[in-house]
Amino acid sequence: MARSNKPIVWGPFAAGGTLTAFLTPALVTLTLLAGLGHVPDVLAYERLHAIAAHWLGKAALITVIFLSLWSVAHRLRITLYDIGVRADTGVAVAVYSAAGLASIAAAVFLFRL
Amino acid sequence: MGERLVELEVLRYHPESDSEPHFQRYSATCREEWVVLDALNHIKETIDPTLSYRWSCHMAVCGSCGMMINSEPKLACKAFLRDYQGVIRVEPLAHFPIERDLVTVIDDFMAKLARVRPYLIPKQEKPVSEGEYRQTPAELKRFKQYSMCINCMLCYAACPEYGLIPKYIGPAAIALAHRYNQDSRDGGRDQRQEVIAATEGAWECSFVGACSEVCPEHVDPAGAIQQVKIKSTVDWYTEHLMPWLKK
Amino acid sequence: MAEEVSRKPYVREMTYRWIFRHPRYLRYMAREFSCLFIGGWTLLMVWGLKQLAEGPAAWAAFLECLKSPASIVFHVLALGFATYHSITWFNLTPKALPLQIGEAFVPDAVIAGAHYAAWALLSLVLLKLAGAY
Repeated sequence: MARSNKPIVWGPFAAGGTLTAFLTPALVTLTLLAGLGHVPDVLAYERLHAIAAHWLGKAALITVIFLSLWSVAHRLRITLYDIGVRADTGVAVAVYSAAGLASIAAAVFLFRL
Repeated sequence: MGERLVELEVLRYHPESDSEPHFQRYSATCREEWVVLDALNHIKETIDPTLSYRWSCHMAVCGSCGMMINSEPKLACKAFLRDYQGVIRVEPLAHFPIERDLVTVIDDFMAKLARVRPYLIPKQEKPVSEGEYRQTPAELKRFKQYSMCINCMLCYAACPEYGLIPKYIGPAAIALAHRYNQDSRDGGRDQRQEVIAATEGAWECSFVGACSEVCPEHVDPAGAIQQVKIKSTVDWYTEHLMPWLKK
Repeated sequence: MAEEVSRKPYVREMTYRWIFRHPRYLRYMAREFSCLFIGGWTLLMVWGLKQLAEGPAAWAAFLECLKSPASIVFHVLALGFATYHSITWFNLTPKALPLQIGEAFVPDAVIAGAHYAAWALLSLVLLKLAGAY
């Protein structure tokens, strides 16, 4: 029996789960407020553009996006198995790729700023 | 305290005559203060001697009488009739093959307990003449909780991952491994990691937490498994990112 | 001599119906399904980043989309599920990271409570800096 390499996917999952636990509710609140007509200052084009243009802003945004998507992907993989979808390897490839591709897309958009 | 008419719907299975299990209903006059085990004993003694089930201490320390009572894993000696209304459904512990009636095949569980090397493997062997392995109360406290397991298997019945993935080592076995890993007298963690840090070890757990909820001894196997995951992850990244660090 | 007893252990099938066996499994599923909303919202934000990169007009269009009824409903659900994820995560943290000081373990409520306090503080600071209030 060999020790599993699960930590490769579990480490980022745990980090992402912790990050989303602390951050996501507040962040969702911001975009909810925007949707309700009270656009918070940070979501005004100039403010947000300034943050996203700065290398620190880029680093923060890509980290939050990647870790959030990764932890979501991992959870989705587990949940699908729980409800009876047996093709774990296929599901794993699909969900982690999706998280990776979306993160790369985000990075591309960020670097266009 | 008085009496009460209790209806039990029990899953029966006699391999010599049945192709599959079926429910049988019993009506028994029971004392109000009885537990389900008392009702079963009463039924076996006065109504149906063919009913088979495991039990021993009748005081929730031996771990023998685990069964599904209204779809919840419980010790039959700790399930009080007064807590149930209507027909009480009694089935063998979930996720184990049925041997006969309420008796399950527990070979898989026994094998997994043995696989985690549930004994002290001292860092340095020393002869008896050199004295005892000493331990402070704080060092004892570090693993005491995980030593309280009575091997009742309620956690395996509660764990959906064990039900879905029969190879999964399971809550009690991993908690037992953790008990030894946390023991200051022990040096065998490396060997146990080969079992509990494998895919079918802690990694099949998705932290449902049902195991800890049903555990009659408050061992908290779920907590033990998460601690194993975290330690294993730290180990893995340390090994792979900083291989020059020797343990 | 004892009779030979023939063994024929019966294996009960495991279906997805285990989810409905007890409320705790439903709560677990709710926690796991929070990932769909957190993931959905994050992907929405990735699209927003694309709009941001395309300029003020595209960004204004994105903000308009956020005002749609579908978006509002999604956001309310996402906020609920994200909060449920946070609560369940913080409540489970003490189990995964027990803290022994001397002989005693720090009570679970203290560890979880510290996380809740940090979460509240962080959220308030974040919302303030963002100009939400």
